Amino acid sequence: MAKKLTWRDLEVGNIVTEPGNSAERSTGDWRTERPVFDKSICIKCGLCWLHCPDSAIKILDDGYYDVDLFYCKGCGICESVCPKKGAIVMVEEEEK
Amino acid sequence: MSRRVALEASHAVAEAVRMADVDVIAAYPITPQTHIPERLAEMVADGELSAAYIPVESEHSALSACLGAVAVGARTFTTTAGQGLELMHEVVYVASSMRYPMVMVIANRALSAPLSVWGDHSDVMSVRDTGWIQVFAQNNQEAFDLVLWGFRVAEDSRVLTPVMVNLDGFTLSHVTEAVILPEQDVVNGFLPPFHYPFALNPDKPATHGAFAAPDIYTETKISQEVALRKSKDILLQGWQEFGDMFGRRYYPVELYRVEGAKTLLLTMGSFTETAKMVIDARRDRGELVGLVSLRLWRPFPFTEFRQAVKEADTLIVLDRSISFGGQGGPVCSEVRSALFSEPKRPVVVSFVGGLGGRDMAEKDFGYVLDRGREVAAKGSAELFETVGVCGEVSGIRDL
Repeated sequence: MAKKLTWRDLEVGNIVTEPGNSAERSTGDWRTERPVFDKSICIKCGLCWLHCPDSAIKILDDGYYDVDLFYCKGCGICESVCPKKGAIVMVEEEEK
Repeated sequence: MSRRVALEASHAVAEAVRMADVDVIAAYPITPQTHIPERLAEMVADGELSAAYIPVESEHSALSACLGAVAVGARTFTTTAGQGLELMHEVVYVASSMRYPMVMVIANRALSAPLSVWGDHSDVMSVRDTGWIQVFAQNNQEAFDLVLWGFRVAEDSRVLTPVMVNLDGFTLSHVTEAVILPEQDVVNGFLPPFHYPFALNPDKPATHGAFAAPDIYTETKISQEVALRKSKDILLQGWQEFGDMFGRRYYPVELYRVEGAKTLLLTMGSFTETAKMVIDARRDRGELVGLVSLRLWRPFPFTEFRQAVKEADTLIVLDRSISFGGQGGPVCSEVRSALFSEPKRPVVVSFVGGLGGRDMAEKDFGYVLDRGREVAAKGSAELFETVGVCGEVSGIRDL
């Protein structure tokens, strides 16, 4: 997580001197559903990875896929494009 | 040797921009500012000034092009007036918020409708709250001087905020008077080369103008507000050093024959010079009247202003625009607010005059002084009075 900036921390004109640091910003915190992956059904086709509009699907070392909840907004496109029913299932987020 | 030459304020500004050796000019011609970009375009075409002159298609594009120029570290100038400033408005706020230093001259003009090309302060008051450093010139020499000073302070690494130099349309922009032009090496001594610390550079990538979500936008505005207020010390230091080098001293609030004055008149811009003649005549008749002129409009010089008026019984504020449905003139509104918490403060009387190029002659300033003192003593049914308006006015009051 990026640390909380105060007004004194800002560069003149709010210039960002570290390019690419938007990756440090959590954008998945308003999600209401999240995808759950089942390796026993997945055929590693990669359609979920290809279609995710926020690049929130990551490729694991073993070639299967999982979700990066730091960015995932819970849109459900991965579940919708998955050709194997049950490999990706959207479940409701619970209040913690 | 400096030279004493006859110049209209527009050409005096162009000379200042040439002597500042700007890198980029992006401007769109509009009455009454036209002579400024016209002369600058001529200088660039004739090789008198080595700069990129970008003939943009609108004022919105003019200031947008200026943003790009400053982003790579170019000394940058633009100029507009009236409707042009209105069309530019969106980018005016962007320039100051991105802390891009540049100088913009406004040849102040009334706003449409009805269409008017003549002078008043409606245009600059519409950008009052955009975060630019804003100053007013009273004559052509000051127009020249304030442009040079503007580059010096805007580009100071402790300021990095754009400067708006206001000069009255036609009254200054098109009127010729003597202007002292300094030697180039003296100007060079006052105005060091521009080194923008965040200039875009492919070897050191950075993001300018990033998006800000609600969790950081507030912080960006507070940092900008603190920086604008802190710039005042540098602005004053710049005027001190300008005075040392050129012999002409400027102050955020300028006083004229205020010794023992019970009544003070407050003006901005070219009104000030006519008002001085009237103050002279009244002083010669033994009246205890004096003149206060606001040179620095933003950041507002609260301390100097309060100090200037604290001994007076009456302060008559003459605005050159209307804040519709408000107190009357935006300057009067500001001034009243600045004095509100003072234990001892003068009665503040509001006048509006000189709208859309309506002439303000000596007799009109005399009327303002006489009627202003009358209103201070007896009150008025109206929130403000308008100099020279044809027809009895009623209905400008609290509801």
